[in-house]
Amino acid sequence: MVKISGAVTVDRDRCKGCELCVVACPTDTLLLQPKEVNDRGYHYAFMAHPEKCIGCGSCALVCPDACIEVYRVVEK
Amino acid sequence: MELQDIIKPENKIYERPHLLLDVNTHYCPGCSHGVVHKLIAEVIAELGLEDCAVGVAPVGCAVFAYNYIDIDWIEAAHGRAPAIATAASRLWPENVVFTYQGDGDLAAIGTAETIHAANRGEDIVIVFINNAIYGMTGGQMAPTTLLGQKTATTPYGRRADLNGYPLKISDILAGLDGTCYVTRQTVHTPAAVRKTKAALKKAFLNAKAKHGTSVVEVVSTCNSGWKMSPADSNKWMQEHMTAKYPLGDLKDIENAHIQ
Repeated sequence: MVKISGAVTVDRDRCKGCELCVVACPTDTLLLQPKEVNDRGYHYAFMAHPEKCIGCGSCALVCPDACIEVYRVVEK
Repeated sequence: MELQDIIKPENKIYERPHLLLDVNTHYCPGCSHGVVHKLIAEVIAELGLEDCAVGVAPVGCAVFAYNYIDIDWIEAAHGRAPAIATAASRLWPENVVFTYQGDGDLAAIGTAETIHAANRGEDIVIVFINNAIYGMTGGQMAPTTLLGQKTATTPYGRRADLNGYPLKISDILAGLDGTCYVTRQTVHTPAAVRKTKAALKKAFLNAKAKHGTSVVEVVSTCNSGWKMSPADSNKWMQEHMTAKYPLGDLKDIENAHIQ
C-alpha cells in the first residue's frame, strides 16, 4: 500500500496568524500557537499533529502571506 | 517517517514564488490580496513573463503592490490604471501589461477608464479585486456594496432608494465587444485558488497573444472592513457575495479583434 507522508514549514516571522491554513487543512494538522507569538505579536501557525500531514498543500494555497512550504514523500 | 526525513529539498512540492520579494506585506491578516499577489507571481514565472510583464498599481490597499512582486510597475492615479495600461501596451507592444485594481478604484472613480479601455479592446489584463467596501480608507460604502450591508457610511445597511444598487461591473464589461475573457472567481478555498490561478493564466496568455481585454474579477474579503475574523469573512463572502456575484466565466471567446 502506498503511504504518503507530508510536512510543512511555516515561516514564523512572516505568519500573521490569520488561521486560514488551519481552516483549510483537511486533516487538522495545523493549529495556531496558543500562547507563543512571533516578533510582530501574532500567534503563528505550527504543525500540532505532524503525523497527520499528507502534504496536500491546501494550507500553502490559501496562505495570503506565502509563508508555508510543503514537503511530501510517497513510500511504495 | 521522521520530520527531518520528510523536510528535504528533494521532497519540496510547494514553495514561496521566487518573484515575491522578501518583505512582509502591509495587508491585514487573512486579506485576499496576498493570495492574488502570490498567484500573479506564480503565473508570471510559469509563463516566463518576468522580463516583459508590466503591472499598473492602483490606489487603494494594493497601492504598494510594486513593493511585493519583482517585475516592472507603474503607479497610476486613482482609477486611471486602464488608461496608463493602454499607453504602456501600445507603446511597448512586446510587453504584457496588467492592471491590479480594487472595487473603489475600478468600479467607482475609474468606471470611465475601465469601460473605455475594455471597449477599445486594449490587449491588457484587468485584475479586479471586489471586496464590496473601501478597505484602505476605513470601510466606507463602495458601488459594489451589497444591499443591507453595513459599512462606515451606511451604518444601517445599504438602501436601494438612497444608495442605489450594487454595480455588477464585470457583467457590463462582458457585454462589450472589446473583451475576450471575463471571469469571476474567489480565493477562499484551495480549489477556488487553483481555479483563479487557471483563470489568471488564461488572461495573461490572451494579453500576450493580443486577443483583447481580459478581466479576472476576484470576489474577495475585507475582514477588517467587515469587522469579522478572516475565516468568518470567507464564510460570509461565500454565503452573501456569491449570490449577488455568481462565479464562473461570463465571457470566453477566442479573439475579440475578429468579430
